[in-house]
Amino acid sequence: MLSRLKFVPMRLLQAVPVAFGVTLVVFFMVHLIPGNPAESILGAQATPAKVAALTDQMGLNQPVVQQYWHFLSNLAHGNLGESYTYQVPVLTLVWQRAPVTLLLVAYSVVLMLIISIPLSMLAASRPGHVRDHAVRVIPLVGLGMPQFWVGVMLLLVFAVGTGWFPVGGYGDTMMDHLWYLFLPALTLAISISPVIIRSLRASMLNVLESDYVATARSKGAGGRSLFAGHVLRNAIIPAVSIVGVNLGYLVGGTLVIEKVFAIPGLGSMLIESIFARDFPSVQAVALFVAVFVVLVGVLTDVVYTLLDPRVDLTQRMNA
Amino acid sequence: MTTFSLTHRFRPSRREARPAARRLRPWYQNRSLVAGLVIVCIMVLLAVLAPVLAPYNPIKQNLNEALQGPSGAHWLGTDKLGRDVLSRLLYGARVDLRIGFLAVIIPFVVGTILGAIAGYFGGWLDIIIMRIVDVFYAFPLFLLVIALVFVLGPGESSIYLAIALVSWVSYCKIVRGEVIVARQQEYVQAARLGGLNNARVLGRHIGPNVISQAITYAMSDIVMDIMVIVTLGYLGLGITPPTAEWGSMIADAQEFITTLWWMAVVPGVAVVITGLGLSLIGDGLTDLLSPERRK
Repeated sequence: MLSRLKFVPMRLLQAVPVAFGVTLVVFFMVHLIPGNPAESILGAQATPAKVAALTDQMGLNQPVVQQYWHFLSNLAHGNLGESYTYQVPVLTLVWQRAPVTLLLVAYSVVLMLIISIPLSMLAASRPGHVRDHAVRVIPLVGLGMPQFWVGVMLLLVFAVGTGWFPVGGYGDTMMDHLWYLFLPALTLAISISPVIIRSLRASMLNVLESDYVATARSKGAGGRSLFAGHVLRNAIIPAVSIVGVNLGYLVGGTLVIEKVFAIPGLGSMLIESIFARDFPSVQAVALFVAVFVVLVGVLTDVVYTLLDPRVDLTQRMNA
Repeated sequence: MTTFSLTHRFRPSRREARPAARRLRPWYQNRSLVAGLVIVCIMVLLAVLAPVLAPYNPIKQNLNEALQGPSGAHWLGTDKLGRDVLSRLLYGARVDLRIGFLAVIIPFVVGTILGAIAGYFGGWLDIIIMRIVDVFYAFPLFLLVIALVFVLGPGESSIYLAIALVSWVSYCKIVRGEVIVARQQEYVQAARLGGLNNARVLGRHIGPNVISQAITYAMSDIVMDIMVIVTLGYLGLGITPPTAEWGSMIADAQEFITTLWWMAVVPGVAVVITGLGLSLIGDGLTDLLSPERRK
């Protein structure tokens, strides 16, 4: 077994080639554009002179390897190019938008736990019981619901119907943010909960079969105190890793949900930039989000091993 | 005397390999599978028969009758261009289901082959393939699909290509894991000791035993593909208008949600029902193909 001290740097080291690959994918996006990317970005009305200027600016005349090297060295200097629309460095735009999206992600993780933990406890406490079956039906329906549609439905009921929440926007103060972001965060929480409930239920059942729960039972613990004191605490550890694995899905969802609720985050920036054919902005969002997901993956792995000393590190390295 | 043939297929006999439950219950007694098949067949039939069933032309505008509520003439009302919502719903099924079912093929094949190679040969091939998988995993699905559809340009073929580029990784991971386990099994060792070449061992011996996991996963992958298509449609990046498509129908309806709310509800319900059917088939297949995994 790997020692705990060595695990963290090794796991970080493993993330390096992945981060490198991410830059490669983002770089090659430009080259997937059919025909001359510069022409395609500028649109059909562009004059040949303009196309030539942009081709030059994007360095498309140079060999691919040199272009990639250029891209990397710019990246190392924190230079991802300038937005075609706003004429400011795209990184500035990303930094402006990122907190909104990150707050939404964090908010939805909290709501997700509030939804999933009680439901999975309900299911795991009586496997095979009616309430277990009821909870297990949720994923079947839940996984088939498009996230944006869930958002539109919540909007319909809780914003348009009852008027409890705003139909969109972000607000000005922190309290405002939490109020404005409630429905979007709930949307994401609902759409990811099926996966989490399923895994939590399975890990709780595992814990329930363990020797230490049998010991607790034999000492007279039962019902709520057994669940709160023994089962939940141990079942929550794998949940950390489940959240880590699904974070990419959650972030991907945020990008779409922002459009439903008109939230000024990275997702809206992505969609706006696409319609404006603002290529550097699209690249910057893609790069930022992917690097974020890689980092959170490393972080959850590290936290996971710190929380549970029983985790086999060798296996986690190879996973 | 019969000579022992080295090319004889070393596979566990069917009866021994399968637990009792699997022999006793034929597929048509599997409730999830049957229910799922019924739902999916109905959806597919509705899609196929759309030209017969739909009361109106789904793209014909009639501005005099725009934004009507449900009536005898228009069961689900009309949209802002006076198009019949029911007809668009039925025609939308053709687009969404067709792309959903077809998009799964390339990633299934590519991911399975690469996963099998990575798992079977191991070593540097495995390392390279799995690092590529890691890179694709780093991008959230929607982000990569949206970005790819953007660079590839609008249209159905770029949706297929984007989905293929993104979703092969899951098959690769699943099949690799299964192959690594299968490689240690006696029947595979026997086949290899018998002198069979790698391609034959992989294709004839390991393949049939590991493919069930990939097939089961494909069901949830079709659901995912349909999600991708409707989401792209909703964002205005998918199938170009005026073609009827569930996602863009919801996007169009959001504007009128205070009054004509059902226009946004119904296409989503269609997606949910389709997804439910496919998930049920997936569950049923899990029971049928790998009963040891039931929990």
